[in-house]
Amino acid sequence: MTTPALAARGLEVTFPVGWGSPARAVDGVDLSILPGQIVALVGESGCGKSTLARTLLGLQQPNAGQVLVGGEPLPTSRSALKAYRRRAQMVLQDPMGALNPRLTVYESVAEGLRIHRVDGEAERVLGALARVGLRPPQRFLGRYPRQLSGGQRQRVAIAGALVLEPHVLIADEPVSSLDASVSGEILALLLRLREQLGLSILVITHNLGLAWNIADRIAVMYLGRIIEEGPTEQVLADPKHPYTRALLSVVPKIDRVKPIVLAGEPPDPTRVPAGCRFHPRCPLLRSGLAGAVAARCRQVALPVLPVQAAHAAACHALG
Amino acid sequence: MGMRGPLPGPIADDPGLALATDEIVMVGPAPSIRSMARARRRAIRRRVWQEFRRSRSGMVGMVALILFGAVAILAPVLFPEDTLAVTKATGGLMSPPSPGYPLGTDESGRSILALIVWGARASLVVGLTATMMSMVIGTVVGVMAGHFTGWAGVVLNRFLDWFLVIPFIPLAIVLATVLGASLLNIIIVIGVTSWPGTARLVRAQTLSVSARPYLERARALGGGDLHQMTRHVLPNVMPIVLANTTLMVALAILSETTLSFLGLGDPLRPSWGAILDGAFTNGAMTVGAWWYVLPPGLCVVAVVLAFTLIGRALEAIVDPRQQEVR
Amino acid sequence: MGAPPALEFRDVHITYRMREGDIPAVRGVSLSLPAGSSLGIAGESGSGKSTLIFAVLRLQPKSARVTGKVLVDGEDVMAMSFNRLRALRWAGASIVFQGALHGLNPIQRVGAQIAEPISVHEPKLGRTEVGRRVGELLEQVGLAVARGRAYPHQLSGGQRQRVMIAMALACRPRIVVADEPTTALDLMVQAQVLTVLTDLVDQLGLTLVLISHDLPVLANTCRQAAVMYAGRVVETGPSAEVFERAAHPYSRALAAAFPRIGDPRFRYAPAGLPGDPPFPADVVQGCPFAPRCPVARPDCVTRDISLEQIAPGRLVACRYPLVGSAEPRPHAAPAAASTGEGA
Repeated sequence: MTTPALAARGLEVTFPVGWGSPARAVDGVDLSILPGQIVALVGESGCGKSTLARTLLGLQQPNAGQVLVGGEPLPTSRSALKAYRRRAQMVLQDPMGALNPRLTVYESVAEGLRIHRVDGEAERVLGALARVGLRPPQRFLGRYPRQLSGGQRQRVAIAGALVLEPHVLIADEPVSSLDASVSGEILALLLRLREQLGLSILVITHNLGLAWNIADRIAVMYLGRIIEEGPTEQVLADPKHPYTRALLSVVPKIDRVKPIVLAGEPPDPTRVPAGCRFHPRCPLLRSGLAGAVAARCRQVALPVLPVQAAHAAACHALG
Repeated sequence: MGMRGPLPGPIADDPGLALATDEIVMVGPAPSIRSMARARRRAIRRRVWQEFRRSRSGMVGMVALILFGAVAILAPVLFPEDTLAVTKATGGLMSPPSPGYPLGTDESGRSILALIVWGARASLVVGLTATMMSMVIGTVVGVMAGHFTGWAGVVLNRFLDWFLVIPFIPLAIVLATVLGASLLNIIIVIGVTSWPGTARLVRAQTLSVSARPYLERARALGGGDLHQMTRHVLPNVMPIVLANTTLMVALAILSETTLSFLGLGDPLRPSWGAILDGAFTNGAMTVGAWWYVLPPGLCVVAVVLAFTLIGRALEAIVDPRQQEVR
Repeated sequence: MGAPPALEFRDVHITYRMREGDIPAVRGVSLSLPAGSSLGIAGESGSGKSTLIFAVLRLQPKSARVTGKVLVDGEDVMAMSFNRLRALRWAGASIVFQGALHGLNPIQRVGAQIAEPISVHEPKLGRTEVGRRVGELLEQVGLAVARGRAYPHQLSGGQRQRVMIAMALACRPRIVVADEPTTALDLMVQAQVLTVLTDLVDQLGLTLVLISHDLPVLANTCRQAAVMYAGRVVETGPSAEVFERAAHPYSRALAAAFPRIGDPRFRYAPAGLPGDPPFPADVVQGCPFAPRCPVARPDCVTRDISLEQIAPGRLVACRYPLVGSAEPRPHAAPAAASTGEGA
């Protein structure tokens, strides 16, 4: 088995909330990203995907479980953590917010190099800008973020991450605030980076179409757990979990199956339901399941989905 | 030339600037980047000045300030220092304005005008130095209080809140009494009592900046607290602080006047507050010696107003402007 | 012909007059929408779709100059007296704004905000009657009546958007314009909100204009679609047609950016356009899309373009419209300066 570039084992992250029960943002997650692999982490707001991303980057301390980088646990000391920064980098959603409006493109991209005191700054910055498609790079050095379009800003943000030569890139909603015609370019860029640099990429998104476009594997997250995982073709063409099925049915398209519109809001991580966490909204349960199975749905919690090559889902009804 | 992106922000981000830098020929990346940065800063200063010139009230304030400053600097030339000595006073006692004494005399026969001119020095020096002190302390504490969470943050914030709550006058009086009456001590007193105002403003601005994604990006890149505070928070906080500084100077001058009026100022140096104190204790009001009371008061008002006008004009430049006209 | 169209734009130009110069946001748009129908306007940044729609209620900023006619039920909105405009606003046509977090007053309960237009338009109604209407509206959008007592920050994104819809329906308008109603919402919540919107439009026989950059959403919800680019309409037609068999290269590229899940042709083939949507200030000679068009020809850059009919009910602003349906290709490596430097 190849060592994953980045992995999570039994990861749990909880946040205290006033004096109520804590919010279980990440409630037991096993995830593996192999070298050169693109994994899409899909879910709705509040499911914990952003928290998971930040924990994988070391920006958030987990309450339980481990983050493994190239097989080794994530360091805890500040200096070692700083060295880790060079291996895993992040690209945020909002490119306008992600770049300091007072810094030029050059300064934003060079920031990482300056923090880690890497020399050859100028050549590396130019190289990174060229690699993300901003050519000729010299023309962009003196510009400010507000003089760039959304797509260009996102490229600058990616350049800023690439300049440290990471092995893993975590992209949190990389194109959701960009125009549709521009987002394709950015996604194509990510694919190219995977081909040219062997970069592993974890893309966090609520857009299933994006996963279909570029991801090798997809993991669907609900209320802090990964409830379905597997190769993209299998999961999206033949979903096993009722939640995934419902999500796919509401993706707007012309010829579609009758949409399964779930009622209610994505639930509160401070009140995780007993048994299967999806059971209060599960259309399968509502439409009637065998008594023994239904009882398990309501009472028996499901184990954390282990990492494996095949397509798996956490559902009692799967037998 | 057209509008690019969202509505223009502060003058510093003027697109006109970058269009010029595009034309800079790149000889080699490193040196021209630095010179580009320098050229940009120069151009920014030029822009700010041009915008400032357009504000009439700001210009009025500036002219008034230059006048007062000139008078303060030229004080020894206008009125040699010995004219302040009580023993050398030659005018009548509390006499109204007359040819040799345009603003009349005080109870010892000294020219009020000479006292006012010399008093300008004390007021301006104290105002400016105390403000600088308060700005430095306030910015440092404010940035740290806004940035740090956890134990350090709690301690800093409580510290700041405590200081915010203490009323100024009693604290100033206590400090001035304890430290003794001298110009330096007055500066210290005012600096120590007025930094919380700046700190509160800085803290609020820091909190809003800390919420922005580029701070998190800095952390993701490996930047520590110092890097985040100096590279990202401080540059974003400084414009507001600088615009606020002029207003703080006005307040400092008022504070100095108040303390001198209360008799806590340096007894050896004339200051407008001390003149007012003298007028008060010598019953100038009852005798009708308006030349003793009005001039120092009016000077304080004028200088405070000048700083306020400049401060407001600067604030208007720093805040994003609406550029819809016609 | 019988009744006039519910909404009609006749050669509408909207220009913002700024200190640096004029910025043409809308450059000659003509659209017509019969009563009871639904129109989706698709476009990206700089397309002018929001600007166009604000003109329906004369909500454009004072710095904007509008020429051409904006007709609601045959009456020109720009020429209306202020009283007539007030009656039109909300009781004739209303807007569901985007970004519901900013559209609601954070310190007022949502029920009171829904009640506000009702009290303004029907001042004679008593408080109980207004309260009853608010309750009715909340139920229509699928919220419990008790939710009216909540403040906006206590509601989720989907609930706030529903409140915006309830507000838009408060004065029983004939036309409802929804400006990007689902943009910031999750997939499931988006489906809920769209269901509410379409059910209500059907039930109440409203005329709907839906603005979105999301073509599949438009194709599902509206009967007709119009695609805007750089302030102009580049294609109109039945929405399914525009999505599946787009004739304008831009519409086709836009449609391709929404991959069909399950279709192997879209695997590892993200489709995008090089460059960026143009800034409204950059007025270009010839077809505005030519710089980015994958099939542009030399005369596209020099000669101007206008909407032409290529089939009944189908208009396209392109001299060489595409036929058939799209065949997505794997994304080729970009050419050297492929980032749309513009000027």
